[in-house]
Amino acid sequence: MSAMNARRFLPAEWTGWHAAALIAALALLAGASPFVKMSLVVNGAVLGAIIALGAIGLTLIYGILNFANIAHGDYMTLGAYFTLFIVGGALSAVGIEGAGLGPFTFGYPVLLALPIAAAAVAAVAVGLDALIYRRLRERGAHAVVIAMSSLGVAIALRGLVQIVWSGDAQRLPRESRSVYHLPMDVRLPPDAIFAALAALALVSAVYIILTRTKMGKAMRATADNPQLARASGIEVQRVIRWTWAMGASLAATAGVLLAVYQAQMLPIMGWRFLIPLFAAAILGGIGNPYGALVGALTIGVASEVSTQWINPSYKPAVAFAILIAMLLARPRGLFGGSG
Amino acid sequence: MALLEVADLAAGYGETEILHGVSMRVEAGEIVTIIGPNGCGKSTLMKAIVGLVGVRAGRVSFRGDDISNRATERIVRDGLAYVPQSDNVFPSLTIRENLEMGAFTRKDDFRGRADEMFALFPDLGARPSLKAGNLSGGQRQMLAIARALMLDPELLLLDEPSAGLSPAMVGTTFERLRGVNGAGVSLLLVEQNARQALAMSDRGYVLAGGENRLDGPGRALLDDEEVARLYLGGRRSE
Repeated sequence: MSAMNARRFLPAEWTGWHAAALIAALALLAGASPFVKMSLVVNGAVLGAIIALGAIGLTLIYGILNFANIAHGDYMTLGAYFTLFIVGGALSAVGIEGAGLGPFTFGYPVLLALPIAAAAVAAVAVGLDALIYRRLRERGAHAVVIAMSSLGVAIALRGLVQIVWSGDAQRLPRESRSVYHLPMDVRLPPDAIFAALAALALVSAVYIILTRTKMGKAMRATADNPQLARASGIEVQRVIRWTWAMGASLAATAGVLLAVYQAQMLPIMGWRFLIPLFAAAILGGIGNPYGALVGALTIGVASEVSTQWINPSYKPAVAFAILIAMLLARPRGLFGGSG
Repeated sequence: MALLEVADLAAGYGETEILHGVSMRVEAGEIVTIIGPNGCGKSTLMKAIVGLVGVRAGRVSFRGDDISNRATERIVRDGLAYVPQSDNVFPSLTIRENLEMGAFTRKDDFRGRADEMFALFPDLGARPSLKAGNLSGGQRQMLAIARALMLDPELLLLDEPSAGLSPAMVGTTFERLRGVNGAGVSLLLVEQNARQALAMSDRGYVLAGGENRLDGPGRALLDDEEVARLYLGGRRSE
């Protein structure tokens, strides 16, 4: 079978998965070599999967509204704290309590609370769009003005979280669990496996939504050309609302997974994730959700592996350095220009 | 009652007014062509009709309803389709997905209509899962027209459908458009390729400086000395 024929049997966006698999293989190869610790590669991949959840929402919103949402990291924070609130408040009030589900440190209340928290953050995002961003768009505000207003939203959300839950680290109810000891000196907590698998499942779900559902296709169409979308009869306002809902609920889930993975949450956790999120989105070509997955894995692994040689507190700087290098070399991202 | 009636329309972008009181109409079943020099407001007129540019004064009515400043999505749903001059397909979507988006507001299955489009434009039916971004200029134009026809419109607005096409492809495009009109869709065209467009039009309008200059039957405009000299590039045969 010729290459042309083979391509027709693969999804139109196969390059995203292909590149993700390639990066994963390269990372594993590097980890197997004596120069890079495999444990860093594995932890980086877990982190990358969580980054991907946030970066996909960021890139979708950028694609459709041409708007860099600086508050996206804080939607992650909000997701984690809403989950904390639901688990500690509503669920425990009706007697649903527990931690240490199977090999995991958290209990099933977290699994119950997660979708509710994600829906709540989606509602916050849709509400903020109606309250602030949509009004600015309709006044013809410049993209920079709208991005700055989202900086305000980011600061306000973080402040609110801090007022309600204080600036101290909070924890979801947990019981300690033993860590898996894998070959090549890899120590992997079961929670990390859960986080990575959940993130990958959601990324796959996004892929299915974007390629198989009418609303998903309308999101891609609107990202391609909003004016033509309107001229095709697509209700762009509805598409925008669904994009916010999807992007924000993915971010909220990323926040919960991060809180589980890091075993704590802080009001600043999402804000700190903003640079990795943007770096991943830009690396993959901003507006391209499949690229965001590849970018996220790259950023996750690269920043984790870098700690082998440099102080871990410079991890965000590594993401930033990759971002700058990318902007200098290929400003449209790895897949930019291919559509 | 005319299918589309534009009366004393003023429209523009920001501080600049492009159209200063343009009037025109399209009767059911007609092909109408608008010609005029670059920058005379032909494209702006189309965008104002479909609600992509705000109407500042005057009135656009479709089947007797005032649609001035109505949301584009609603205008399109009501049977007035529009094919922009450039960027008129969704490049990252496949041919089939482009047609599905054209049928976004259809509640029924779009596939029956898509098959009709594939019959009308066989090039598209051959490889429906090809991305629109990989199509040639001519195929793209066919896809753009097919996309606009997905909602079964009564009136189709086309902004420069022959722009950037090879001479052979221009002929094919006009032939297809005649077929579309034969199926009962009225057409309003803006065209640089004025000779060929006027030749198949029932009527034509000449715009200049955002105002009406001349109008009349397509043939009569073709034979008009002034139109020939100013807009058709002399009397040479094609």
